Amino acid sequence: MLNRIYRLAAPRVFEPVVVDQPLGPDSVVVRPTYLSICNADQRYYQGRRSSEVLARKLPMALIHEGVGTVVHDGSGALAAGQRVVMVPNAPREHDACRAENYLETSCFSGSGSDGFMQEYVVLPPERLVVLPDGVEDPVAAFTELVSVAMHAITRFDSLAHDDRSTLGIWGDGNLGFIVSLLLRLRYPDAAIVVFGRNRYKLADFTFADKTLLTCEADRTLRVDHAFECCGGDGSASAIDQMIGAVRPEGTLSLLGVSENPVPIDTRSVLEKGLRLFGSSRSGLEDFRAVAELYRSHPEALRYLGGLVGSVVVADSIASMNRAFEADLRKPMGKTIMEWLA
Amino acid sequence: MAEEIEAATAVYGAILAGGAGTRMGNPDKPKQFLMLGGKPVLVHTVEKFAISGLFDAILVLCPPDWVDQTRDLLRRYCECGSDAIVVPGGAKRNDTIMNAIGYIRDHLPVDEDSILVTHDAVRPFVTHRILQDNLRAARQHGACDTVMPATDTIVESQDGRMVDAIPARSILYQGQTPQTFRVLELGEVLGSLDEGELSSLTDACKAYVLRGRPVALVKGDSANMKITYPEDMRIAASLLGEAHA
Repeated sequence: MLNRIYRLAAPRVFEPVVVDQPLGPDSVVVRPTYLSICNADQRYYQGRRSSEVLARKLPMALIHEGVGTVVHDGSGALAAGQRVVMVPNAPREHDACRAENYLETSCFSGSGSDGFMQEYVVLPPERLVVLPDGVEDPVAAFTELVSVAMHAITRFDSLAHDDRSTLGIWGDGNLGFIVSLLLRLRYPDAAIVVFGRNRYKLADFTFADKTLLTCEADRTLRVDHAFECCGGDGSASAIDQMIGAVRPEGTLSLLGVSENPVPIDTRSVLEKGLRLFGSSRSGLEDFRAVAELYRSHPEALRYLGGLVGSVVVADSIASMNRAFEADLRKPMGKTIMEWLA
Repeated sequence: MAEEIEAATAVYGAILAGGAGTRMGNPDKPKQFLMLGGKPVLVHTVEKFAISGLFDAILVLCPPDWVDQTRDLLRRYCECGSDAIVVPGGAKRNDTIMNAIGYIRDHLPVDEDSILVTHDAVRPFVTHRILQDNLRAARQHGACDTVMPATDTIVESQDGRMVDAIPARSILYQGQTPQTFRVLELGEVLGSLDEGELSSLTDACKAYVLRGRPVALVKGDSANMKITYPEDMRIAASLLGEAHA
């Protein structure tokens, strides 16, 4: 099958290329409809990854958050016309002890292989998840990000002790918002406290019990467990504040990506017996859990809908660039491409 | 298949793979039967239509003496399990399209809203976007033509020796395919042409223009090239990239 792929050839340069893509007997062909831009895509687009990484990975199609319509199904598992979320992680093996998104052999769309900026995306049926009808397309487009939050919370649930009276979330961006929201729904009796740097962003965390500016946070405030959703330059100060705020034997879930090493106050970690664990990406089960969440908690969709910053029609190279440039300028929220290319 | 199709919403594809020179061993056979990558050009085009999920039935119009071979090629190379219907074409493009309309009338549900997307078999790089835009435009306006703004200056000459005129490039477009119509209306328009009009016909859209009927423009794509000359095969092959980054 001839398929047109829109690859990033160099920072800020998209290039269409046609490939003769083989179809297996079980292959499902999906026509992408709405694609969501992630910070990881922006790091490639702006050339903020190291020159070695850029040289190794480009040219490559970006985007790992997206929804589409099944146009051809060789497997019989799905039907043409069905709306599906595409799972970007592709495991090559099964490991009883390790989740699919941590296996070194796994491949990830938009990182190790072409992302979803394609005319058609060819996937096996087990990498597609059907969403309930009530989910608006622009929200459905960033289901992958919601699944990342779901994955981190599922890990937290299995690793943390049972006292979840107060949960602290550091980060007032998209991921902080989604993690806080999912914690609110999962632990309705817990006190949800969100720490951030921007008062205007924190004002939108209406479901939280308390929001605090990190610079004004009460040093005596304590939480049972903490989630770091900052990444970048904010990681170090957030983790430092979290170590101070978490009660003994609590957990620190680390979700934010930092390009540089982050110093850790190990003395305090040891004294308190804290558990720090990383959480990255997600797998099929997390996507399914999000689909179930959408069914059981339709109010979550209304909160998530507030994250849709802009929807940009992407039907040409110029409009793809416009979408990425618009995403760069936004203070918060998700930039969604209505994919017509 | 035919029982499941609703005439009012039916969309049919007609892939025009006519042309002479299909005899065995002819190195100069029509380009749609030459290999591009691992498949004949025609099969790439049929797959593009089939994968899109936009069509209720796809007809492949081929030279009458090449019907069985065309079926063989589709069976051997088409990865999406194509059930394209192979129909003998006519002497000229116009006759071939009439054969497609005739087949649809005789074998498939059709009414005044049924749509026919006609496309050159030698344009395998057609995209989902172009097909979708064609359907939208044909439903709205009755007919549409896929075009690209002219990039070269077009020169008019009556005798082929001297320039008569150089029309303004800004109002000129180069025609590609698909060209999309309402099936029954297309049959009626083509059937109304006299010999003189038929001889001047280079494509079906021109018949609409001759009859004063509207034809909408659909934006084509520079990569939606027509493989015509031997060197075009090399250009088409060079357009193909690696399947994985």
